Order: sequence, then C-alpha cells, then structure tokens
Amino acid sequence: MKYEKVLHKNLETPGYAGSLADYERLGGYLAIRKALKEYAPAQLIDLVKRSGLRGRGGAGFPAGMKWDFLPKDPAITRYLCCNADESEPGTFKDRQLIERDPHQLIEGMMLAAYAIGARVGYIYIRGEFVYGAQVLQRALTEATRAGYLGKNILGSRTEIDLHLHRGAGAYICGEETALLESIEGKRGLPRTKPPFPAIHGLYGKPTVINNVETLSNLPHIVNRGVEWFISIGSSPKSPGTRIFSVSGHVNRPGNYEVPMGIPLRELIYEQAGGVRNNKRIKAVIPGGASAAFLTESSLDVKMDFEAIAQVGSMLGSGGVTVMDEDTCMVRAALNLMEFFAHETCGKCSPCREGSSWLVQIMRRIEHGHGRAEDLDQLVRICNNIGGKTVCAFGDAEIAPILSTLKHWRSEYEYHVKEKRCMAGDRGEELVGIGRH
Amino acid sequence: MNPETKKVEFSEKAQKEIREILTHYPDKRSAMLPVLNLAQAEFGHISEDVMVMIADLLDLTPPKVYEVLTFYTLLNEKPVGKYLIQLCRTLSCALAGSENILGHLKQRLGIGIGETTPDGLFTLKTVECLASCGTAPAMQVNGAFYENLTRGKVDKILDDLKRGAQPVLKPMGEN
Repeated sequence: MKYEKVLHKNLETPGYAGSLADYERLGGYLAIRKALKEYAPAQLIDLVKRSGLRGRGGAGFPAGMKWDFLPKDPAITRYLCCNADESEPGTFKDRQLIERDPHQLIEGMMLAAYAIGARVGYIYIRGEFVYGAQVLQRALTEATRAGYLGKNILGSRTEIDLHLHRGAGAYICGEETALLESIEGKRGLPRTKPPFPAIHGLYGKPTVINNVETLSNLPHIVNRGVEWFISIGSSPKSPGTRIFSVSGHVNRPGNYEVPMGIPLRELIYEQAGGVRNNKRIKAVIPGGASAAFLTESSLDVKMDFEAIAQVGSMLGSGGVTVMDEDTCMVRAALNLMEFFAHETCGKCSPCREGSSWLVQIMRRIEHGHGRAEDLDQLVRICNNIGGKTVCAFGDAEIAPILSTLKHWRSEYEYHVKEKRCMAGDRGEELVGIGRH
Repeated sequence: MNPETKKVEFSEKAQKEIREILTHYPDKRSAMLPVLNLAQAEFGHISEDVMVMIADLLDLTPPKVYEVLTFYTLLNEKPVGKYLIQLCRTLSCALAGSENILGHLKQRLGIGIGETTPDGLFTLKTVECLASCGTAPAMQVNGAFYENLTRGKVDKILDDLKRGAQPVLKPMGEN
C-alpha cells in the first residue's frame, strides 16, 4: 500500500534540495508563525500532549509529558537539546532527515524551544555525520539571516539561538544524560537518575532532550492539528507515522515512512521489496541492536510500541534488520555483542566487565571451542547485567544473546557439539555471517 | 607533563572560529569537543603539545583534556595516514559482505587493521555502525561516506585517491 508522506513529503518532492527557499516554498516556517500568534507556550505543550506524540529515539516517551515536567517558573534558565547522535545499529533515518530537510528539524526545534521557554538549544550530532553537520550549519545560518533565529524572532519577543555541537565517536552519547555530559566537555558517562534532566539537566538546569524525528513531527502537528495526527497510526498510544530504516537481506533497503502499526510483514515484503533471492526469513530485529531478535512467526506483529513489546521485543529506534534463512544466529549475536563491548562507557562494573566476558565466550563458541556449560554461563552473565546498571545500555546489550539463545538454542548447541556452524551456504558473495 | 612540550598555535582562522565557539556556551569547558575536532582538522592528530595548548585555552588541567581525548574514538592521539579509511563492521554491513571488503582493502593496501601504509597515504580502521545500513557495506574516508561497496568500487576509490582526488562529502546513497 502507498501511504501519505509527512516527514518525507518535502524530501521526496522532485527537485527539493532542502534550502530555506525550498522549504518556504512548500509551506515551511508557517507552523512557528502560527504557534507564536495563536498559542501561549503552555497551550503548545498541551497541544503536543494531546497529540500523543511519542519519542522516536528509542524509549518512546510521550514528548509533551517530557516537556511538562519542567519547572513552571519562567525565571529559571532551561535548555533544549536535539539528539542527533543516531548510532543505533540498523538505524539511518535521522541522517536522511538532517541531510535532506534540515529546516524541518530547525522549525521543530523552534517550536519545542518556544513551548518550554528555552532561549538556547543545542543540536548534538554524531561526529561521523560530517556532511550532515555541514548541511545543518548552512541551514542554521540561513535561518538566522532570515530572522527565524536570534532575538525577537518573527517580530515576537521570543529569542531562540540554536547551536550545532559535533560529537567525536561514542555510541553512548545517544543516552540523554551522557549527551549532556558530552556537551559539558566531559567523557560521555551516563548520570545516575533521578534527578532527571527535566529538573537537573545541562549545566544543572532544566533540560529537554528530543530526537531528530520527534522534533521534525512538530511543524506538522501544529499545522494540521491534533485530530489529523491521531487519525494516523495506532491511536491512542502510538499515533503518527514512523520512519523505519530497513536493512539486511531485503531487496530494497531504505527508510520508509509509514503509519505506525502496519504489520512487519507488509513493511518487509511490500515496502522493502521482500527478501533477496526469495529466501525465507530467519530473524528480524525490529528496533535497532538493543531490541530482541524476532522469528518468522512474529511477522504479523503490528509495528507499534505496544504490539512489539507484547511479542517480547521493542520498537526502539525503528531500525529493522532482516536476516534470511542462511544467516548464522551465533555469528549475528556475536557481531552485536562486539559492538556493545566496544561501546560500553565503563562506568558500571556489570556492563564493563560483563560485556567483555560475553564476547570472549561468544567468540569461543563461534570458533569451535565452546563448552557445554557456556550456554548457561552466557545467561548467568546476562542476568547479572540487566537491570544492574545506571543506564539502559545494560539491558540493551544482553538482548541479542538472550533472544537468539531463546529462539535458536539448537544453533548454539550445534556450534558447541560439532565445532562448526549449521547455517546454509551463502556462497562467496556473503561470506562471514553464513556458513564458515 | 613532559618539559619538552613544544609551543603550538592554532591558525588565525581557527582562532577566530574558537572565539565564536566560546560564545555558544555559558561554560568554557563545553568548547572541549568543538576545539578538539578543530585541532584534529588543523594538526591531523592531538599530540601532547596540542593537548596542553587546549587545556590552557579552556582553563583546565591537561588530564581533563586527556580523559576526553581517550574516550572518543574519532580523536586520534597518534598520527594517521593522509587518508583515514573507516570501514563499518557492524551487523547490517556484515550481512552485506563487509568482511569481503575488509579482506580486499587489507590485500590492496598490504596492511592490517589499525596500520598505516609505508608511504603514509592510508590508515585502515574498522568502526562500529555508521548509520549507512541501507546502503551497506559502507566506509568513510576522512569523514566522507562511500556506500554500496564492491571490490571494484573499492579499487576505483583507492586509485582515485592515489591520483590525488579528494574525498567529497555527499548525502546518503550518492557516493
């Protein structure tokens, strides 16, 4: 099925290059004009609360509620941060929104800043997005020159300054309190919570951190209204569209903006063109590397927050990775475990030590030196990481191993017993994850 | 601190940029990553001399800079080749055959992961997910993306770079 594009409407318009003139020509910056004229900040917060917009970064927390946690005293300085640290394996939607439609994000940030009363906002963009940073910087300069940013924007008494802040290579800085530490010029170590950033955030001030896609939704909600927004997707709990990044063994990998709640099967077979070489699906990760693997039997699940949670995974960042029948699950889980072991910040012992132990055992199994007791040992270590760390990284890093062990234990057992892999031969093109 | 540290200085252009950066934050220390990124662009890597200079600039002790420098993987403590190749090794790229690309790069360059060619032209690294999963396998050369890699495409990229072509920053899927 074809669906109306919202966040992708501009960038899928032929000839659209993302300049200020392009954005204005397609109705850009009308939402902020409307908001400044028609809504007091508290009314705008209320509007976003009623829309039910939930965070598109991973946790799915209601955006309006997050804003509403800030203290009401306008005398207290507060900050807005845009989380553009997109680093969750399998996810590449924010990169496209930044590169192709930067003004949509800037207008979204203006709306958020106005709603929460922030005069200064920072866009924390991962260091690897060199081109994206260039595009955003150019767009910020354009917006400032046109009077959208700075003092007395659009003749109002509102002041909003936005600054780009480039990271330098650290997955953990996508965790919102690590992001704040990083902006403050420190190592990106997540903070203990509470206090939450809404009370004690950047420089100890109340702070809101929203994801790129979340913020890019705001101009549309303001322009077209709450009724329109909740008419899309799985209302009341998962309204709106969602951009899913589909990758792996599909014919047409890419970003697909669809109403939240379409079946996973439709996303893979209709949007992304099905599985390469007409192979069967063995596994799907529905929401980035931190989400548990699902089997072929879950393909009819609806892609919304609740339904995915019910089948034991999470919608997370919207990064959908598809693996065909020849994929080795031990190898795939090892690949992600190596990612997590590389990216642990080292603050909490269970995660710091546990991640390297898990990699060692997984490598042993993968290379034909596994021991019978290793499988239970993996579970024991995982259970001593999950729920025992300062941030959600601990719960995330155990998802690949625990879920693959749950669904494909026989593959692990085969590796241990036969000292080799049982996955099919995928030929020389795709050596590595297949038989080896 | 090594008493033999040399005095280094940012260029005029970088100094101007740093003055602007400092106006963005209520706290000097926040200029840490922006200034480190700038220093790396200017000097290629963050030597001890550069680290000390940045500490002075931000009114910090050098260890405060060092602890940040060692945390973030894009910051180089040691010199790297003229072209830094960072190949993604994470799942979606692996599913698309990144191990073959790695093998080919190693063979073509005659070096292993983390090494630099004797002529100082190329350094090869593997990195974690670059958000290029829909255009996998992918790598970056000096920050510019190269995607949908094949052996043939890698050959062409290396040949072009050897001939002096500069990596060009382009949007997703266009390089």
